Amino acid sequence: MDNFRLQIITPERIFFDEDAYMAEFNTTEGEIGVYAHHIPLTCIVKPGILTIRMDGEAKEAALHSGFAEILPDKVTILAEVIEWPEEIDVKRAEAAMERAKERIAHPDANTDIDRARVALMRAMARITVIK
Amino acid sequence: MASMRDIKRRKSSIQSTQQITKAMKLVSTVKLQRAKQRAEHSKAYFNAMHQTVSSMLAKAGGINHPYVTGNDSSRKAVVMITGNRGLAGGYNSNIIKLITKGEFVGEDLDSYAIGTKGRDAVARNGYNVKAVYSELAEEPSYAEAMGISRDLLSAYKNGEVGEIYLAYTSFKNTVSHEPNLIKLLPAEVSERAAAKADEAETVSGSVQAAAVKTEAESTGSGAKALMNFEPADEEALELIVPQYVTSLIFGGLLESVASENGARMQAMDSATSNAEEMIDSLSLLYNRARQGAITQELTEIIAGAEAIS
Repeated sequence: MDNFRLQIITPERIFFDEDAYMAEFNTTEGEIGVYAHHIPLTCIVKPGILTIRMDGEAKEAALHSGFAEILPDKVTILAEVIEWPEEIDVKRAEAAMERAKERIAHPDANTDIDRARVALMRAMARITVIK
Repeated sequence: MASMRDIKRRKSSIQSTQQITKAMKLVSTVKLQRAKQRAEHSKAYFNAMHQTVSSMLAKAGGINHPYVTGNDSSRKAVVMITGNRGLAGGYNSNIIKLITKGEFVGEDLDSYAIGTKGRDAVARNGYNVKAVYSELAEEPSYAEAMGISRDLLSAYKNGEVGEIYLAYTSFKNTVSHEPNLIKLLPAEVSERAAAKADEAETVSGSVQAAAVKTEAESTGSGAKALMNFEPADEEALELIVPQYVTSLIFGGLLESVASENGARMQAMDSATSNAEEMIDSLSLLYNRARQGAITQELTEIIAGAEAIS
């Protein structure tokens, strides 16, 4: 299996920069799994889990927003927000999920449904990645 | 001639001022190191961001989206990044001058002030202050930069403003910082290239690096002509431009914080050495006055002794 370079960059740091053979994540068009020699593609990230498959191990992270630039030998994910499981505060994520569910179930005049949905997706991604 | 006591008092007052300026210099040196490091760490993100957006815009030539074509509003918005505190040489006033001495007309401008110094100055000059984010000028975070760009973009989408600018201080190196005004929206491909070269230069910290980079970029965008976008161009633009604006604001913030501390360090350094000079000349005066007093006393004693004998 051919490897490609996977770089994940956030505004604050370089989150990940190693060789991997597959990366899976959520985009606005649906879930995507990338192997080496993919066609050049730029896609927008949707909150979800990023799975990095490397030789002998797999890593997971909660990826919330940003976009990805896929080239045959290199994938660059520009992530606005991304966390390793150990960096996530479970209680906060659970509270955020409850809040978002509440908002979607009982919307009032100044509820921003889209934002609540994104918040719910983020919270769910965080919780799933820990489990 | 001033009395010995006066000189002494003056000297000790200058000494305590010098202690303060010295301490401030040390503090800003430490803060500068940290700010510089942060700016360094985020470099990779901006470079990659740029490349993607420029290749996108190069490809999306005939795109018909408000982010590229603009809207009808004649109002302008400017994000001005200044500090919350003074004593930083020309740091704050350079940015303020950029706005007040530029081509902006008071009633047509909405200013989004980061830092209280800038807010006070533009308010005094009769400009409209739309929002203030003063707590950001100390320790910028990306989440807060996102908040600002959300405010800006919603104003842009509602047609409240037609153009968005960013006024920040670019950090060249520890001793040289330049006030800079760049246009964020609408994105114009030609102007954007200039703004970008600017950004690349400031982020990578040297002019040569920028030259190399723009060259690399132009060859790079040719190679990337085959890039596919998912979703299609216009939708992708809709989603990526907010991130691009946020990253520019965040980059501007990081550089401005570094510049502010650099400017303060320099200002305090020269204040400390000026105080040193004043203390030296006052010590000289003081010693002279003391010598004079002793001589006078001696003369008086000798004269008195002679009169008795």
